[in-house]
Amino acid sequence: MPEPQRTLGAAEVEQLVEREYAYGFVTDIETEVVPPGLSEDVIRLISEKKEEPQWLLDWRLRAYEMWQGMTEPNWAKVSYPKIDYDAISYYAAPKSAVEDGPKSLDDIDPELRRTYEKLGIPLVEQQRLAGVAVDAVFDSVSVATTFKEKLAELGVIFCSFSEAVKEHPELVRKYLGTVVPHTDNFFASLNSAVFSDGSFVYVPKGVRCPMELSTYFRINASETGQFERTLIIADEGSYVSYLEGCTAPMRDENQLHAAVVELVALEDARIKYSTVQNWYPGDKNGVGGIYNFVTKRGKCAGARSHISWTQVETGSAITWKYPSCILLGDDSIGEFYSVALTANRQQADTGTKMIHIGQNTKSTIISKGISAGHGQNTYRGQVKVLPGASNARNFSQCDSLLIGPDSGAHTVPYIDVANPEAQLEHEASTSRIGEDQLFYCRQRGIDPEEAVSLIVNGFARDVLSELPMEFAVEAQKLLGVSLEGAVG
Amino acid sequence: MTPLLEICGLHVEVEGREILRGLDLEIPLGETHAVMGPNGSGKSTLAHVIAGREGYEITKGIIRYGGEDVSELEPEERARKGVFLAFQYPVEIPGVNNTYFLKAAVNEIRKHRGQPELDAVDFLSLMRDRVKLLDFDEDLIKRPVNEGFSGGEKKRNEILQMTVLEPTLAVLDETDSGLDIDALRIVAEGVNRMRSPERSFLVITHYQRLLNHIVPDRVHVLQEGRIVESGGSGLALRLEAEGYGKAAAVTA
Ligand SMILES: Nc1ncnc2c1ncn2[C@@H]1O[C@H](COP(=O)(O)OP(=O)(O)OP(=O)(O)O)[C@@H](O)[C@H]1O
Ligand SMILES: [Mg+2]
Repeated sequence: MPEPQRTLGAAEVEQLVEREYAYGFVTDIETEVVPPGLSEDVIRLISEKKEEPQWLLDWRLRAYEMWQGMTEPNWAKVSYPKIDYDAISYYAAPKSAVEDGPKSLDDIDPELRRTYEKLGIPLVEQQRLAGVAVDAVFDSVSVATTFKEKLAELGVIFCSFSEAVKEHPELVRKYLGTVVPHTDNFFASLNSAVFSDGSFVYVPKGVRCPMELSTYFRINASETGQFERTLIIADEGSYVSYLEGCTAPMRDENQLHAAVVELVALEDARIKYSTVQNWYPGDKNGVGGIYNFVTKRGKCAGARSHISWTQVETGSAITWKYPSCILLGDDSIGEFYSVALTANRQQADTGTKMIHIGQNTKSTIISKGISAGHGQNTYRGQVKVLPGASNARNFSQCDSLLIGPDSGAHTVPYIDVANPEAQLEHEASTSRIGEDQLFYCRQRGIDPEEAVSLIVNGFARDVLSELPMEFAVEAQKLLGVSLEGAVG
Repeated sequence: MTPLLEICGLHVEVEGREILRGLDLEIPLGETHAVMGPNGSGKSTLAHVIAGREGYEITKGIIRYGGEDVSELEPEERARKGVFLAFQYPVEIPGVNNTYFLKAAVNEIRKHRGQPELDAVDFLSLMRDRVKLLDFDEDLIKRPVNEGFSGGEKKRNEILQMTVLEPTLAVLDETDSGLDIDALRIVAEGVNRMRSPERSFLVITHYQRLLNHIVPDRVHVLQEGRIVESGGSGLALRLEAEGYGKAAAVTA
């Protein structure tokens, strides 16, 4: 008989709570900020700054009108004080980036270049990062995109959203709002009204994008929100792997990040979308941090199309996010792989929706929630099978790992099946990092911090292995770093 | 010469209950000692206290290792000084590759000894060598640590770790329980190969059988938290024949 299990006490986990946030610095740069407050005038101003066509302004205004009649969702298991939407500034841009039009890579403000270097994202087309093209978004604007020309040779469009509106208006108009309509939900409508920048990707028929495309989001200005919009279209038979990363300075105030991401995969196309989210999580008492309220959805529009979401969520004070797949095309595949880590007072309510519409559609959900300190982690997921989705299949697995006595994990699966042939499988588990596992590692000479990181990474392995190589190591480190000082 | 391990008048409480009650034990460097005793007598408790597990409170007495009082040292510090415990119930670490785990351990220990870390190639060749010596299933080194291992496989994995980590003091807590006859022989050979004037073993077992393979320099009987009798390897034979009742009577 194994000896009685001892679980980790609050005191032992106390230090875990003191995580270091490595990206909390502020860039001192002259910034143009629109005064706080939301009105039609502000929306017109944003649209004007971006020199947008009338149809887009009209679309924004329609969204704004919708939004005014909507109420903030309250069904998620997160709590936060009421947000004053009139106290937020909806547009902030470094002056050097917007004056005199778009810049070549060589002309980027050195201060911005240094910022990205500090974040580990050098804005150069150098050898080491030869396999990765980067779009760098700083507050409300894109400041640089690398490898644009090289990708253009293959017909791949990778640019900022603002640039896409100017250079490829037909594509933007055709697809914008087709996956996440401007009426979708409170935060999506808000985003549709005020979105500033983000990335745009179009991969033409039959092209396999030879590089990882990635966008790095940085919030810098205070009292502002970031409302980016990303649109990725994979035309028939194409393939693209895209990754986003994000960080923000340490501040006592909460900042809102309400993004919308839309993916469209046409016949036989495949999109692999990965996120390594490391927004400032707030301090150990829960002061400050980003509210990450994001709507992400992909449409498998064509037969045999395939969309995978992989997310590693380690930052933010609150995460509210459900990357979903609409499986419209017959034989299409949707996947969701998620690791969400909440420490200190962080709260995450995240999961996915798999909507099976076409025949023989298949979805896989693997969710790994890690809660430490007073962290609260909720998996919320829906599998919906419509009457026409004959032979639909879903496999869901939701595992939770608890560290310390005050953390919480919750699993809320919704299942809604209207086709009798559908096959659904759901597995769930909850475990704790036991004192026995820690002692075992320490007895082998491993530091307690390193041991926790090892155990957490092992727990998340099935998801981390879905990340592109270039980023798996980074994510692994992040899971380690976040738990630094885990056990006393 | 001071013994490698020196325990004097040790009293240990677990959750307010006294388990070890004035235990004395000395193991000179280079010797192999066996500890036998009934279930619940405190053998694993002794092993855990030597390794520095939290929750075991020393209320009286002293533990010296290499002449140094180690009672305040963290488990990892003791491990880096050469203390190794083969667990009676090895722990599963889901998702963590066995080889990766062992490499992390080796390098952690090397780092603290000021030795250069082993790179993947050097480590793998060391690992291959030990795997072959112990006739260990190659597949197991690629699987997550102890996850889904059979009882015997877990015990062999402990010994694999021991041969890779090359400790100065190895405490084997019932490593023989759960091993089949061939595995027992292989494990015993593994231990015997490692015996040297520079290394000591503390072998906890219920069975004389193991001690036919690993012949100890001394045998101790632990009962109710104390060493109640010590002797040469013949003592194990007598215990096997007569049970523990007699030993208790000696001290009564
Ligand atoms: N964490 C704990 N909490 C409470 N009691 C404990 C704990 N650990 C050990 N004990 C008790 O201490 C006593 C000695 O346990 P120990 O595991 O050292 O025995 P053992 O000699 O190794 O027995 P076995 O031969 O069965 O392995 C037992 O009565 C056991 O129940
Ligand atoms: Mg025992």
